[in-house]
This record gives sequence, structure tokens and C-alpha cells, in this order.
Amino acid sequence: MALATSLPPAQSHRLGAEALPIAMFLLLVTIPILAPLAGGGYLLSFSARVMIFAIAAVALDLLVGYCGLISFGHAAFIGLGAYAVGILSAHGISEALMSLPVAIAVAALFAFLTGLVCMRTSGVYFIMITLAFGQMAFFTASSLAPYGGDDGLTIATRNTIAGLSVLNNERVFYYVVFGCLLGCYVFCRALVASRFGRVVRGAKENPVRIATIGFDVYRFQLTIYIIAGALAGLSGFLLANATEFVSPAYMSWQRSGELIVMVLLGGLGSLNGAIIGTAAYLLAEEWLSGFTEHWKVIFGPALVLVVLFARGGLIGLAAALVRGRRHA
Amino acid sequence: MSAGLVIVQILNGLQLGVLLFLIAAGLTLVFGVMDFINLAHGAQYMLGAYLAVAFFALTDSFLMALVLALAAALAFGLALEFLVFRHLYGRDHLDHVIATFGILLFINHGVKLIWGAAPLSLPMPDLLSGSVRLMDGLLYPVWRLVVIASGLATAAFLYLLVVHTRTGMLVRAGASNARMVSALGVDIRRLFMIVFGFGAMLAGFAGIMVAPILSVDPGMGDTVLILAFVVIVIGGIGSIRGAFVAALLIGLVDTLGRSFSVDILRLIMGPSSARTVGPALASMSIYLLMAVVLYVRPTGLFPAKAR
Repeated sequence: MALATSLPPAQSHRLGAEALPIAMFLLLVTIPILAPLAGGGYLLSFSARVMIFAIAAVALDLLVGYCGLISFGHAAFIGLGAYAVGILSAHGISEALMSLPVAIAVAALFAFLTGLVCMRTSGVYFIMITLAFGQMAFFTASSLAPYGGDDGLTIATRNTIAGLSVLNNERVFYYVVFGCLLGCYVFCRALVASRFGRVVRGAKENPVRIATIGFDVYRFQLTIYIIAGALAGLSGFLLANATEFVSPAYMSWQRSGELIVMVLLGGLGSLNGAIIGTAAYLLAEEWLSGFTEHWKVIFGPALVLVVLFARGGLIGLAAALVRGRRHA
Repeated sequence: MSAGLVIVQILNGLQLGVLLFLIAAGLTLVFGVMDFINLAHGAQYMLGAYLAVAFFALTDSFLMALVLALAAALAFGLALEFLVFRHLYGRDHLDHVIATFGILLFINHGVKLIWGAAPLSLPMPDLLSGSVRLMDGLLYPVWRLVVIASGLATAAFLYLLVVHTRTGMLVRAGASNARMVSALGVDIRRLFMIVFGFGAMLAGFAGIMVAPILSVDPGMGDTVLILAFVVIVIGGIGSIRGAFVAALLIGLVDTLGRSFSVDILRLIMGPSSARTVGPALASMSIYLLMAVVLYVRPTGLFPAKAR
């Protein structure tokens, strides 16, 4: 279903499929130029935040959208990446060339170790186990008294790159985040289109058949789980640098739930949807929290309505509108 | 660590265990029978506690508060089933997750909106507010014993219900093969509504019983929900017996781990590093236990589904 909505009719395939991401990234690249006209620094930092979460959401879409693996512990990987930055900087190391590989490696290692168990299960078990491992990371971070415990850890300064403190410039930081998102998006697009990607997508439709052809589904799924974890670690690295603060709240299971909501809001299994959904979620948060601090009282029921009546997400909705117009 | 402290912590562990069982029982049946994942189940536990506080303020009687809150929890569960969950059976797990996540956000923040974010408390009945002497110099609150006893009594009652009544038989059959039960002419939707309402009431009951000893706050449901998931996963989805064994196991491991990890670690490392590693290890212990159980038996200790 998700795949079908993301694949437009054959003749307009190339242009139709590429117009959306091109427009999206063009918009993102011009925001620092537009920012002085409207919103200023706030628009810039908000957009950077959207892109940071979009990296994690794109990674999550690999699992949920392309593999049918509903990972409910995705925030843990973001948190691990962020904590890597925080803990290193607490020990006086604030060099990105050092902390970025560590952040990614720690997240990937955690994905590998938990994946060994998670990937042996499926369906509801998988959801609950990823949730439980996410909580494990959360509670472990909360009990790290030397690194702030529940209260979290303030990072003295943003990471330097090869000794240069260029990330302190908001525009430079914005374009670094932009570059990461673009790279991550292109990488994931290539991944799902590759032979590897076709195997995991096939395993989503029918794991038994893929196994019968001779592929070890467990290995393929474990690999993509590690990739998704590593990319979320990258997102955590950027998040820690953006906020100059890390706390266990980054790993809370509500945050994992929000990430799934972001992916679903945009539309599953298209990667574009993950980015659009992240922007839509964070914009909704901005907008609704202007009315009341209890904006989730409104958002919760809205979510139920989306599930009941608009299952393809925003992209699905747009595709349905376009199709409707064509038929009319 | 003295013998008295160990006994107290074992009792505390048992208390957490029966509490988890009350929450996990409804959840595991709902999973088992309808393959439905309900993230809002913990919120129903929290709601039970809040309703009890509210009704106590109205009636000034714990018993009345208990009865009214139970009825309200049941009514709320049935209303949720009727309005939302009923339309999601047979859908993707992802749809369940998102919709119940939405409900959870609604309840959690609705509670904050109505009662505020500050913790509330529910006074325990005067008659049961004292302590009993377990041994020399060792007092234990009566109410905690009441919680344990009522949990065990509910477990026994559930056992009778599930093993010795016709409805219980259908529930068990539904957990092992719901489509077959439906094909045999049983109204599986009605059955599920009963299971769901009953599960919501059990979760509410757990919330009411612990309200006098814990603070009643908007985050209380989320913590137990995850623990209940761990219980269900270890016990095997759909199995009441598995939920009971796993709940006691988790309750004991978690409580004893938290109280004694530092002391145990001190045997093998220095006191300062034991103080750092101990709490971290204790908070990981149940998840590690779960990982080990699942690595050996991916469908839990007592799998109910015939595969």
C-alpha cells in the first residue's frame, strides 16, 4: 500500500518522483537567505531542528516503511549519539572529528547488540522489545550521576571541526546539518534502490519466499537496523551540538513514538514523507502550543483521526487529490 | 544487609509483582485474543488512581471511591473500545500503535489539564493504615500487605475465571486461534469487548490500590506500561500463567536489584565505582533478563499461540 502510493504512473515517473525532493531541498537551502526577512535566527534554528529530526525520521522510515519493522526505541539511538558528545565534552574533548565517529559507533554498536535479540522476533514482540531496550537506555542515562543523571548535562561549547570553532556560526551550523540530511537522504535512496534494498523490501512482503530464494533475512534486517541506528546517532550528534545540552528526555519512549508519528504523518516508505512529516509535526507543535501548553490534548485525538481516515499520510493525501483531479 | 531488610525488600518486590500482574493480565489477553497492541493501557492504570482521588474527595470514603472508580474505569474502557479500538481490529500493528499513542497523549495531558501536573495523594483507610511487626524491630505497613493479598486474590479469581468458566474457555481458545473460534460461531467482538473492559478495570484497580502508597502523578502510567510489556514478553503473549510468573519475577528482580546492587558490586569492586555502576546496572537488570529469555525462547516462557 505504502509502496504503491509512492510510485507515480510510469510515464511521469522520473520528473514526478524527483520534483518533490528537489523542491524540498531547494526550500531548505534558501532558508538562511530568507531568514533575515522573516523569523530571523528563530526560523534558522527551527529549520535546523526540523532537519536534525528528519535525519532520524528518514532512518526510521528505512525500518518502518521499507522493512515493516516498527521500532519503538529509535530515540535511544539519538540519545546515545547526543550523550557521546556530552560525555566526551565533559572530559574536555570537543573535537567533531573525534566525537562524531564515536557517536555513530556507539549508536551502531547498541543497534547491533539489541538487534541480535530484536531481529529474532517479529510483530508485536518486536515493538515491545525495541520499546524495552529504548527504556533501558533511558534509565541507564538517568542513573548516570556523574553526567547529570535525570537533570542532563550542559555542554560547554559546540564541537570544533579540526580545531576550528566554525559550528558556533549559526549559518555554518545550518549548512552542516543540511549537508548531513542531504547526504543521509541520498544514501538511503541509493540503499533502498540497491540489491540490498530490494531484498529487505521483498522480505517485508514475504519473508519466507525471500528466505527460500536463499537470502538470510535475519542478517539483512540486522544490517539495516544497524544502519538506521547509526544514522540516528548522527542525528543525536547534531542535536547535542544544536542545543548544547543532553538529557535522558532525548531517549524517552514518547520521543520514539513522536518519531514514528513523524514518519507516518508524511507517508510511509518514501523517505520524502519522513522529511515532510517531521516538518509537519514540529510545525503543528509550534502552532498548537501557541494556543495551550496542553496542545497534545488536541493532537492526540487528531492522531486517532489520521489513523482512522487518512492512512497514506500527507503524501498519500496529496496523491489522492492529484488522482482525483486527473479522473475528474 | 540484614535479614530483616531482605525480607522487607522481598515483600516490596512481591507487591510490585502483583501490581504488574494486574496491569499485564488485561494487556496480555487483549494481545492474545485480538493481536492488538494498546499503548494506552498504562494510562488506564493512571486514570484509576486519579478517579479514586476524585471520588474520595466527593464521598470521603475509600470504599465508595474504590467502587465508583472501578465502575468509571470500566465505563471508560468500554467507551474507548466502542469509539476507537473496535475500528482498528485486523489493521496493521502500526495503526494500533499510532492510534493508542494518540489516546495516551490525550489522557496524559487531559489529566494534567484537569488535575494539574503536581502529584496528588490518596489517604489510605484508617483501619488499614497501621503497621504490623514482622520480627523484632521490623515493622511493615499493613496497606502494602493488603495490596499483595488483593493482587494474589485477583490472580486466583482470574485463574478460576479463565480455566473454569465458559467465557474463560473462549478467551483461551481465542488466544490460541481467534479465527477458528470466530468460525465456530462465537461472537469474537463481544468476547473482545468483555476482555477489554475487564482488562481496563484491572488496570484501574491496580492504580487505585497503589494510590495511597505512591504519589498520583501524570507520569505514573508510562513507567508501569513498559514494565508490563516486559512482563508480557517474558511470560509469552496471551498467557495469564506466564504473565503471573513473569510479573513476580520482574517485581523481585527489579526491587532487589535496586536495593542490593551496590552492596553486591562492592564485593568485586571499590565502593565508589560500585556506587556509580550499581544503579545503572540495576536499572538495566530486567531488560537484560528479558533479552536473555528472548534469546533462548523468542516467544516467551509460556507461549499461548499455537504456531
